Order: sequence, then structure tokens, then C-alpha cells
Amino acid sequence: MADVTLRKVVKRYDDVEAVRGIDLDIADHEFVVLVGPSGCGKSTTLRMIAGLEDISDGDIMIGGDVVNDVPPKDRDIAMVFQNYALYPHMTVAENMSFGLRLKHYPKAEIKARVTEAARMLDITDLIDRKPKQLSGGQRQRVAMGRAIVRNPKVFLFDEPLSNLDAKLRVQMRIEIKKVHQKVRTTTVYVTHDQVEAMTLADRVVVMNHGRIEQIGTPHELYHNPATRFVASFIGSPAMNFVPCRIEDVGGKLHARLTDRLAFPLPPSRATRYQAVPRTDKLLLGIRPEHVAEASPHAEPGIEPFDAMLDVTEPMGMETLVYFTLEGTQICGRVNPNAGAQDGGPLRMAVDLNNMHLLNEVTGAVL
Amino acid sequence: MSTVTIDKAGPTRQVKYGSMSRDRAWALRWSYFFLTLFAIFSLVPPIYMLITSLKSSAEISAATNPWWVFHPTLENYTGLLTSNQFLRFFWNSAWVSIIVVTITMLISVPAAFALSRMKFWGSATLATGVFLTYLIPDSLLFIPLFKMFAVIGDWTGIQLVNRWYVLLFIYPTLTVPFCTWIMIGYFASIPKELDEAAIIDGASWFQTLTRIFIPVALPGLIAATIFAFTVSWAQFLYPLVFTTSTDQLVLPVGIITTLIKGDVFNWGQIMTGALLGAAPPLIIYAFLMDYYIAGLTAGATKG
Repeated sequence: MADVTLRKVVKRYDDVEAVRGIDLDIADHEFVVLVGPSGCGKSTTLRMIAGLEDISDGDIMIGGDVVNDVPPKDRDIAMVFQNYALYPHMTVAENMSFGLRLKHYPKAEIKARVTEAARMLDITDLIDRKPKQLSGGQRQRVAMGRAIVRNPKVFLFDEPLSNLDAKLRVQMRIEIKKVHQKVRTTTVYVTHDQVEAMTLADRVVVMNHGRIEQIGTPHELYHNPATRFVASFIGSPAMNFVPCRIEDVGGKLHARLTDRLAFPLPPSRATRYQAVPRTDKLLLGIRPEHVAEASPHAEPGIEPFDAMLDVTEPMGMETLVYFTLEGTQICGRVNPNAGAQDGGPLRMAVDLNNMHLLNEVTGAVL
Repeated sequence: MSTVTIDKAGPTRQVKYGSMSRDRAWALRWSYFFLTLFAIFSLVPPIYMLITSLKSSAEISAATNPWWVFHPTLENYTGLLTSNQFLRFFWNSAWVSIIVVTITMLISVPAAFALSRMKFWGSATLATGVFLTYLIPDSLLFIPLFKMFAVIGDWTGIQLVNRWYVLLFIYPTLTVPFCTWIMIGYFASIPKELDEAAIIDGASWFQTLTRIFIPVALPGLIAATIFAFTVSWAQFLYPLVFTTSTDQLVLPVGIITTLIKGDVFNWGQIMTGALLGAAPPLIIYAFLMDYYIAGLTAGATKG
């Protein structure tokens, strides 16, 4: 077990910078997820921690030791790959024990570790099978077992669930979380799926264009995103962004969305945005769950308005509604009994206590 | 035949398989026609050899039906198998082939691994270069090669020409490039993550090769082995050029040079010798056929 530290890590391929100076501190026992769109440098970062890619600049430390030039086998890490990468000619037990056998562990200990890991992952019955006789989920378990038996300092997961179908993915996600609760090994996990990131991570690292956009707990990222990229990447359906301006009306701060539509800001937000220049082009960021049907009684900060729905998507426990405001499509989440209909009118309300204000040019959340 | 009735719960339905099954039927007929044609085409010579090998010299030269044996005899077989000369050719061939296969595998498997996996400066060019050397025909190479060995003999006094083991230096020029090329293709079809997993598990390059790559690419390895064996067993031009003394000859050349005396062809023994000479590759093919076919087709699809 160990902490992992990245200091100004850079990866250059010829003239392309895939990773542009990453600083990251991962504490012992922590489960950190690197998330971002494809090509954001998350996998490259993981592979540099593993030692499968050289680093062009900066330092990587595992357990306090700089490992820049340490070969992968001496870094004491284990990695789980997207396509499982099981050795096809070996049985499950042989696959799991390969690393230990290379290090000449005593036979009894190898057997004990494999048995223990197999029990933990519920693959005891499969121990003598070859990988081709296993289903995708079982293969993924074996790949995890191969990592667990090594008892390494750090687990590295490279999009381990991407090859599984949706149902199995949810199941394996829970499985991974359970395993981490039992073995508590420091884990770095790469995924492009923000749901995986949110559900698994102690802390999420959102990456974009080879840089870290924001590091934080799932809760922090969801409720206090630092940039427009994070705000739109985290959460599904994604946050709505509506062009707006701040203006003073009768001594109170208002967010003006259109000529006819302006919302007074609740006191907490008004003080926060007081200093924002009135001429700046801004975006009002609001999550779909804060755009709901209007309730009969007025509540502070919740402002009603009329919307003409374009499309509704009944999900069962809620209905997603889509409408257009000055050319911008907005998604809201309403009660299935609110009477939302395709092409029909609905009295909606926006909860401005949970609004975000973004600078349209810089993308920064104000 | 294109109409099939299927019993299902509820009303009986007639299911018609239309053009698909008609197409398939025709495709099958054509395949049978051509396969039979080629089978006859390729089997007639060995059958004729077998028939001739069972005849006495007198019957071969007699004006009887050449496709029938009237007085079958094993005299050609006993004659050859008791001749020390023929057994000598056979052993020379066997030794040359076995040693050449071993040398080839020892060189081409690690070479292919290095060229396909250990990215180093010029590895791609080198891989192409390896294949290009295979394209130079032996009929072009034998004169400079002969000259080379003659010069080496003059300079060092090590006489290699007219020794059967000179072939151990020459055959690999044919087998190593091709086998390396086959193995590069095989190793390239092994997913990159597999060696990365092995490296993270603590395997060295050599352990990755011996414990992961060779077992996984075994069908390819066997295909390459069979190829190397066949090439060295059947090679004719090089031994014809490089060896002349009868005790140094390999089977294909030995049969021709000793059983054709001037313009007298000892057909019975020539056919027998050729049949016996064809047996070892045939036996090896038969045993490794499944692997060989898997070897030829693997990598065609991602599996």
C-alpha cells in the first residue's frame, strides 16, 4: 500500500502533447478515478504510472520513491485491462498465479492467495477453466483476481468495464467497490463513463485536453463544478446552459434570459454575483432536476414560468421534458403525474438556489 | 428441396427457403466438381508412382497397360532399403532437415518477437528487409554462395564445399526469412495488452516470449516448422550444386544421380525412392494437420 504522487508530468508524442503537466496527489487507500472524453490523456497518465509509457517530463512517485525510470515489474503495481488480457493458454488459477510463480513464491502461499482471491470474487468453481470458457463478466473477475493475488502497492484499472453490457457493468461496478472496501489498496481507475466515476471514486479527477480540469469528491464536482466542461461532463442528463445577463431591476439583481423572461436572484446568489460586470456575456447553468413543474405555493428562489414542451421522455419514476428557450434546448425533470405532454404547455419552475453562473468566454464558473 | 414444413404451435406454416438455398446448392455442386478435378489432378502422379514402384524392370519396359500391375513385386523396395547408399541419402536428408529446422526456429522466433514487439530504431525497415531477402531466387544465389564457400575454403583451409553440412549454412537463407515473416504476423495478432500484462506481472522479455508468446502462437510456430522442414527436405538445386560425392548427397539429388546411369533410367527404383522420400513430410503433415490449418487461417479474424 502506498500513496501516488504526480508532479508536473508531461507526455509528448513527437510534437503532440498528450498530457500537459499534471499534478496529482493520491493518498494511501484512496480510490481515485480519472475521467474525461477520449483523447483527454487519462489512459496515458495511467500507463505512465504503470511504467508502460515513458514520461517526457516531471516526476512520478509511488510510496515516496521516484519511479520515473523503474521498470513496471519493479513498481509493485497491478493492472486490469479493458480487454482483460488473460493468458489464453493458462487456466484461471494459472492466470492468477503467473506473477507469483515468476517471483518464485512458495507453492503453498500461491495456492492460499489464489484460493482467497477466488473466494472473494466468487470464481472458485471456475479455477480450472481456460479464459475462452468464461463469460465477459467472469473474465473480468479473473483479471481482477490476478491483480489481487499480487497484493501490490497500487491497483490500476484501465476502463475495465467498457467491454461489458450495461447490466453486467452495474454489477461489476458494485463488485469492484466491494473488493476495494475489503483490500483497501490504493486504486487509480480510468473511465470515460461519468456514472462509473461518480459511483466508485473517493475523489474524481476530471481531465480534458491533457490537463486536469478539477479534482474533488463526486459531491463537490456535481454541486460545485469549477468549469463549464466539468459542469456539462458530470451529471446525466447534462446541465442546461442558457445565455443570460445580470441586471439591476429596482435595486434587486436579476438574471435576464430573454427580453420577456428575467428571474430575480435569491439573496445568497445575489451577494455572490454582485461584482459580476453587467455587460459580460454569461451563461446560466441549471441541472435538469432544478427545472421542474411549478408547485402551487411559492417558495423563495423558485421562479415559475410557462414553457411549451417539444418532447417528453417518460422514465417511470420521472419524466424528462425538453423545451426551447430562445433557441436553446432545456431539459427538465418533472413528476410523471404533472401532465407533461409532447407539444403541450406546462407551468414550470426553476430553482435558482441551485443555479450556476458561468462566463461564456472563459467557461469559468463564477 | 427448397420447401420445408415446420411444425409449430398453432397453424402449420410453410416456410420457403428461396434463392439462398438454391445459390448454396449450386455453389456446393461447383465446389465438388472442382475439388474432384483437382484431387484427380494432384493424385494421379503419386498413384502412377506407386503402380510403377510395384513393377519389375521387365514389366515397366513391356508394352502392357501402364495403369495395372500384372506381376506385383517388392523388389524395388527391398533393393533400396537394403542399399547402404540409399539409407545414407535418407540419413543425410533427415539430419540436414532436423538441424536446419532447429537453427531456423532458434533464429526466427526471437527475431520475429524482437521485430514485432520491441520497438527499436529501424525495426519496421528491418522487418521488410527480412522479407525482401526471401524474394531473391535460389537460382540467382547459388553461384555467389558457391564462390563464397570456395573462397572461405581457400583462405581458411576449412573445406565446406562437397560436405553435407554445408547445407546447414545455406538452407537457413531460405527458411529463416520466411519463418521470421510468418512469426512476425503471428506475434502481431497477439493483443498488446497481453505482453503488457506479463511485463506488469514481472516477466522479462525472454519470459514473455517463452511463457506467453510461444504457447499462444503455437499454431503459427508449427506452421513455420512444417514449412522449414518441407523446404529443407525437398530442396534440390543447392545440394545438386554443393555436394557431389555419393556419401554426401541428400535424398532428392541422390536418387537422381545414382539411379540414372547415363541414359538408363531405373524407373522402378526412382519411383520407389521418390515415394519413400515423400513419406516423412506426409507423416508430419498428417500429425500436425489440424495445427497447420489453424496456423494458416488464424489472424484472419479477430477472435
